[in-house]
Amino acid sequence: GWKRGSSFLPGIDVTDTKLSTSAFLLLHQARAERFFRSDHTNNWAVLVCTSRFWFNYRHVANTLSVYRSVKRLGIPDSHIVLMLADDMACNHRNPKPATVFSHKNMELNVYGDDVEVDYRGYEVTVENFLRVLTGRLPPSTPRSKRLLSDDHSNILIYLTGHGGNGFLKFQDSEEISNVELADAFEQMWQKRRYNELLFIIDTCQGASMYERFYSPNLMALASSQVGEDSLSHQPDLAIGVHLMDRYTFYLLEFLEDIHPASQANMNDLFKVCPKSQCVSTPGHRTDLFQRDPGSVLITDFFGSVRKVEITMETINLTPHTETALAYVDQLPVAQIIHQKPKQKDWHPPDGFILGLWTLILLVFFRTYGIKHLKHIF
Amino acid sequence: MAAVEVEKQRGRSAAVAIAALVIAAGIPLWWKTTETYRAWLPAARISELEALQLELRVEVEVVFARGTLSPEQQKKVPASRMREQQQQVDDKTGLKFTYETRFRTATVMEEDALNQPTAAEADHALHTLTETSCGSVVIYIIPEASALLPQDMRVYVGRSRTALLRSQVASVVGAGLPEVLAALDPQMEQVLQTMSFNHQDVTAALTDRLRPGLSTRDSLADSMRAFKSSPGYEITFSLLNPDPKHHQLHWDVEAALDAYIYPLLHKMAPVANFSVDSQILYYAVLGVNPRYDASASAYTLSADSLAHVINPVEARLGSNAASSNPVLNFLLYVPDSLHSPLIIRNDQKQEVASNAFHSPRWGGIMVYNVDGAYGNDTQFPVDIAIDMSRVMGVFLSQLRLMLGFQQTGAPPGFVLEAAGREGVAEWELDRLLWSRSVENVATASASITSLAQLLDQIANIVINDNIAQQVASAVTALQAAVAELEAGNLALALEHSREAISASERAFFDPSLLHLLYFPDDQKFAIYIPLFLPMCVPILLSLLKIFREVQQHRAEKRAKRD
Repeated sequence: GWKRGSSFLPGIDVTDTKLSTSAFLLLHQARAERFFRSDHTNNWAVLVCTSRFWFNYRHVANTLSVYRSVKRLGIPDSHIVLMLADDMACNHRNPKPATVFSHKNMELNVYGDDVEVDYRGYEVTVENFLRVLTGRLPPSTPRSKRLLSDDHSNILIYLTGHGGNGFLKFQDSEEISNVELADAFEQMWQKRRYNELLFIIDTCQGASMYERFYSPNLMALASSQVGEDSLSHQPDLAIGVHLMDRYTFYLLEFLEDIHPASQANMNDLFKVCPKSQCVSTPGHRTDLFQRDPGSVLITDFFGSVRKVEITMETINLTPHTETALAYVDQLPVAQIIHQKPKQKDWHPPDGFILGLWTLILLVFFRTYGIKHLKHIF
Repeated sequence: MAAVEVEKQRGRSAAVAIAALVIAAGIPLWWKTTETYRAWLPAARISELEALQLELRVEVEVVFARGTLSPEQQKKVPASRMREQQQQVDDKTGLKFTYETRFRTATVMEEDALNQPTAAEADHALHTLTETSCGSVVIYIIPEASALLPQDMRVYVGRSRTALLRSQVASVVGAGLPEVLAALDPQMEQVLQTMSFNHQDVTAALTDRLRPGLSTRDSLADSMRAFKSSPGYEITFSLLNPDPKHHQLHWDVEAALDAYIYPLLHKMAPVANFSVDSQILYYAVLGVNPRYDASASAYTLSADSLAHVINPVEARLGSNAASSNPVLNFLLYVPDSLHSPLIIRNDQKQEVASNAFHSPRWGGIMVYNVDGAYGNDTQFPVDIAIDMSRVMGVFLSQLRLMLGFQQTGAPPGFVLEAAGREGVAEWELDRLLWSRSVENVATASASITSLAQLLDQIANIVINDNIAQQVASAVTALQAAVAELEAGNLALALEHSREAISASERAFFDPSLLHLLYFPDDQKFAIYIPLFLPMCVPILLSLLKIFREVQQHRAEKRAKRD
C-alpha cells in the first residue's frame, strides 16, 4: 500500500489507450439515452417579493416557502437569486422574532436557519429585477447577485406582491408592466440565457402579467384571472396579520410531497388550488412551450436533478519524479505581518495626581482658612 | 380711436412675435433638450452580418512515400487541387468547406523517418522534421505492404497533425494517376472529417444563430456536455474526507497539477484563461446512502443514485466571488472506513473501471478507495498518500470532455494515438479551435444583430459612445475573423473571434442599456399637456383672431373697391 514518504519511480513514460469501436458504440448509446428526457443541465431560481410593510407579511412568507421547497429539492444557494423587499423575521412588530410562519398553527417556520437573501429591502426595485434578468449588472456586482444562466439552464421565476391589470407594484412606489416583463424575457431569449422558463405569479389579476409573452419556451402560471383578486389564506391572531396567500399555501402543500426523485409533472401543478379552495381561478399558459406539459417533471424546474455520465475513459499516467521543492527562506512573522506597535494608554507622570490634589487642598485652605483642616485629618 | 387702433396693432404684433418665438426658438429647443443621446452605430455593416456566409479552409498536404506511386505517376502528380463543399444551414447561414490539397513526394529524410519500426516512432520522427501550421493536416501515403500499421488498420493518426494512410491501390502497372487519386479521395475525406472539422461539429457550433431543434441528438449531447465559449474558466479540485478520525489524507495536488494539468491548460491558452485552485473539505458526505452488496463485499452506488450525489455537496463547495466565469469542479471522495470500499455500478450493474462519473457543464467526481492501505488493527488515524497519477488520469479525461474535446471514437480501420502527457493532441486542439472559432463568430454576430434590433425598436434607450465603440470594434473583429477563416489561418481567426465575442458581450451587457422604463404615449401626453396647453391656447386664439381680422379687412377692402 501507499505510505507517506514513499518515493516515486523516476522516468517519464506514458502508455497509450486506444478506443475500440465496440466501446465507442456502447458509449454513444448510453449517452444518448440518458440525456434526452429534457435538455437542461442546471437549474436557477429567481424568487421575488415586491411588497414591504408589516401587513404584507404574507408576501414574504410566500416567497420564503417557494425558496424552502426549491432548496430542499436540490437547487443550491449559488443558483438562487432571492429578493425580499422587507424583513419580516426581524421586524419590530414580529411577536416571534427570527421566524416567518406559513400556517396559523405555526407548524412550519419557512425562515429556517440558512436563508440567503441576495437583494434585500430597498435593493428590490424594478430596475434591479430587470438587470438581474437581462444580465446588465455593473461589473462590481458579486456572483451571488447575478443570474449566471446559460443556454441549457431551466429557470424558475416566482413573483408575488400587489398587482393589477397589466402591472405589478414594487415597494409601493413603482411598477413593472407586462410589456416590460415580456421584453426582458425576449432579451433573455436573444442571448440564450435560458433553455426553458417557468413563470409563477401570485398577485391579484396575475394572469394579465403573462398575456404579453412572446418568446419561446415559456410556461406561466398565475393565481388569478384578470378581474379577480387573489385572496390570502388565514390570519394568525397572535402575529396579527395574514400569514400566506391561498395559492402559494396550496402550492407549498403540493411541493412538500415532492422529493428529488418524484415523477410528478406539470399537469399536477396546474391542478393546484382549484376555485373551491382558492376562490380565484388560477390560470396557466403553455402555448409558447415546446414540450408537452405532461412530460415536464416538477423537478425540472423546482429541483436540480443533474445528468450524470459514467467516465469510461481514463488516461494512463505514470507517476512523475518528485522534484525537490525549494522553499523560499521564510521571513520572521513580525516582518510578514506589519503591525503598528500597540499604543499604550497614556498615563500622566507618577505622582501627578497626588500633587494636583495637594495643590487643590492648599488653595482651598488658603481661601477659606486653615481652621477647616481639622475636618480633614 | 387712434389710440385703440395703436393698442390693437401692438397687441397683434405682440401675439405674432410670441408665436414666432415659440415656433422658431421654442420647439427646436424643446426637441433638442428632450432627445435621447444615441451614438451612431454602423447599421449597414451590422445588417451585413445577419446573413452569415462562413468559409472554412483547410490546407492539406498529401505526401506520397516511396512505393505508392510508379515513377511515371510521380511525374504527373498535380501540384494542388481545391475541393469545395457547400452547405446551407438555414436561410441566413451558409457554410462552405474548402479543402486545398497539395501533393508532393516524400523527401529523403521523411523516407528515413517512415522506416522506423513502429508507427508511433515514425510519427515522432516526422514531427521533428516539419513544422505544421495551426489548422493544417499532413497525410503520408504509405505503401500497402508497409509494416508500420497492423494488417486491418488503414489509418494511423499521430499526436501532432500528421496521419499515415495506407494506400489501397497497389502500384499496379497501367493504373493511371487519376484512379489512384480517386481511390484515395474517400479515405482522405474520412481522415479529414476525423482530424479537422466535420459537418455536425460546425453545425452544432452554430446553434446560437439557429432556430432551436435543428441539431441532431448526438451533437446535442456533446454540446450539452462542454461549456460554451467563455473568456475564462475556474477549475477547482476538492478532496472530500468524511472520516478524518480514521483517514489522514495527503495529496500532493500542486505537483500533480504542475505535471499533468497545467500542460493541457498552457496549450489551451489561446482559447481561454484558466484559474485553478484546490481545497480540502472535512466531514463532507455524499447525499446518498450506498448499498452493501455481499457478492462483491463492497458498498455500491448505482447509476440512478449518482444524480442525487452532487446537490448536497455543491452547497459546500465555494466559488470565487469576484469572477463570473463558469466553474468546473473536480471532487475526489475518499469513503469513510465504515463504507469502504465504495464502487460505482453502471446501468448493466457492472463495475466501472475508473470509479468516477461526471456531470455535463459541472465537473466530475471520483471515488478513491483506501481500504487496501491498512489492516484492521492499525492505529487510527492512518496516514494515506493518494496516488495522484491515477486520480489525475481520471480528472484529465473528464476535463477534456468538459472543455469540448469530444470522445471521438475511432472510425473503423483507424488507430488514434492517445494524447499522453500533454493531455491533448495537436489535431484535437485544432478541432476544438475550429468549433470554438465558429461558435464565437456565430455568438458574436447573433449578439450584435439582436442588439442593433433592440436599439432600433426601443427609441428610449440612450446609446453612449463607449457602446458604439464596442460595437464598431466587434464588427471589425468579426469581419477579420471571417476573413481569416476563409484564408485558413486558424490561430489568427480564433484570436479575432475572441476579440469579437468579448467586445460584443461587453456592448450587449453594458449596464447603461437598460431602457428608460416603459413610457407609453398617453403618459407622455399627460406630462406635456399641463405645461404647454396653458401657454399655447392664448397664442393660438390670438393668431386666429388676427387671421380673422385680416380676412375681414381684406373683405372690406374688396367691398370698398367694388
